Amino acid sequence: MANPLKCDLCSKPATVHLTQIVNNKVHKVDLCEACAQAKGVTDPSGFSLADLLLKASLNPEPAAAGVRCEQCGFTQNDFKKLGRFGCPACYDTFRGVLEPMLENMHSGTQHSGKVPTRALERKSLYDRLTKLELDLSEAIKSERYEDAARTRDEINQVKQAFNQQPAR
Amino acid sequence: MTISSLLETPSELTDAVSSKTAIVLMTRIRLARNLAGFSFPGWAKAPQREEILAKCRGAVASTVPMKRCFNVAIGELSELERQVLVERHLISRELSGAKGGAGVIISKDQSFSVMLNEEDHLRIQVLRAGFNLKKAWNSINDLDSALEDHLDFAFSPTLGYLTACPTNLGTGMRASAMMHLPALVISSQMEKVVRAVNQLGMVVRGLFGEGSDASGSIFQISNQTTLGESEEEILKRLGSVLQSIVEHEVNARAKLLEADARKLFDKIGRAYGILQNSHLLSSSEAMNLLSLIRLGVDLGAFADGNRAVVDRLFIEAQPGHLQYAQKGEFEPGQRDTLRAQRLRAEFANFPRPDFTFNDPEKN
Repeated sequence: MANPLKCDLCSKPATVHLTQIVNNKVHKVDLCEACAQAKGVTDPSGFSLADLLLKASLNPEPAAAGVRCEQCGFTQNDFKKLGRFGCPACYDTFRGVLEPMLENMHSGTQHSGKVPTRALERKSLYDRLTKLELDLSEAIKSERYEDAARTRDEINQVKQAFNQQPAR
Repeated sequence: MTISSLLETPSELTDAVSSKTAIVLMTRIRLARNLAGFSFPGWAKAPQREEILAKCRGAVASTVPMKRCFNVAIGELSELERQVLVERHLISRELSGAKGGAGVIISKDQSFSVMLNEEDHLRIQVLRAGFNLKKAWNSINDLDSALEDHLDFAFSPTLGYLTACPTNLGTGMRASAMMHLPALVISSQMEKVVRAVNQLGMVVRGLFGEGSDASGSIFQISNQTTLGESEEEILKRLGSVLQSIVEHEVNARAKLLEADARKLFDKIGRAYGILQNSHLLSSSEAMNLLSLIRLGVDLGAFADGNRAVVDRLFIEAQPGHLQYAQKGEFEPGQRDTLRAQRLRAEFANFPRPDFTFNDPEKN
């Protein structure tokens, strides 16, 4: 089955498809029902596709308003609407908006509670392993065999440490 | 484990026999956790929600406290079964209304439950009878650490555990106590208490959380903020607020007895009479009557062992439990008949109140 078209604004399934020719150029827009409604697309009296395209792509507004989370596609407008974030990475993406909010919301802005130590150790070992494996293949490619041998030893050490972590 | 065997097994909430539960009925702690690299449940698409659900169900079920647990997707439960779990505080109303890709895992004794794909990927909860923040924290901390071995939680060194809603950020911990405060209600002091508690950074809610009323004079008091303090600091602060509410309630009871004991005994005696003889009882009236009986137990008008009976009835007089026991769905009017019938039966053999404890000589 072909993937259904996604809304250009919010990535929900698109049900409204528009084509307009402006200045001899064809513009196509796919929208979900909610966004179409919100942008006045369904209002026959006044709707400019150019405006919409401009907002979606060029983003004339200053920085923050048009920011979109790279990980999950969440926007600041979504946050305004839902009051919740899209994914953990949003906390990085929207740091600027979040920080002043946190001061009013909590008794501090710095975490001082529990830390998932075992999970973090596992992640740092995993990251190290990924990097070493990359080093190894590069060393082999450029025929630096002494480096390759050393890297392989290191990989084995990390793998051993990794195996001592509890099973996943 | 099936839902019927789960509900028939003695549980922390319905079968605790302890005088420690006098004013604080139970202590609850929940931790919000999310998996790194996945969208939060409210934003994740259906297939991803299913993937998260499957991953977490496996991980949670493999932990020690969840041995022989009750483990279902919400879609596998009937509406009535979900309502029963809400009334037992094992799932939230939000989860009970979830469409797809959500689930819950409940330990055999119902002291642990883990909601999956509610507002966060995991909402880990522990429930202990009585005033027991420390014990509750130790056991939920262990379960959380055990889950760490299987799941990579979304965590930032500066912001702590990352949650869908920034109000839960940091520790992701909400600790609460369910308190029975009839004397503060009778003497119209609750408003004052709520205001003072709010000023101390704690929140007061009704029996079933946000937006619910406080029938039965039962209130939930919990911490409001989750970031900036450690779990222990938050619990210590909450603990001292709870302790001072307990003292206020004890004082209010003493004052009621001192001012006009007859008035109070009249209320308790009438409640007893209605529970023994009524034929129509709404849920909130039943709660209020049971609350007076419970106060009677605390004061010594009924034997101590009867408190557990009242606490069980607080739960079993709820609409979901009534209908579940009758194996059918009933209109609210029919439910009031059923409820009265049930309580008449329970109170037929309940000993009469004995107010001689208030003899001036004994005091």
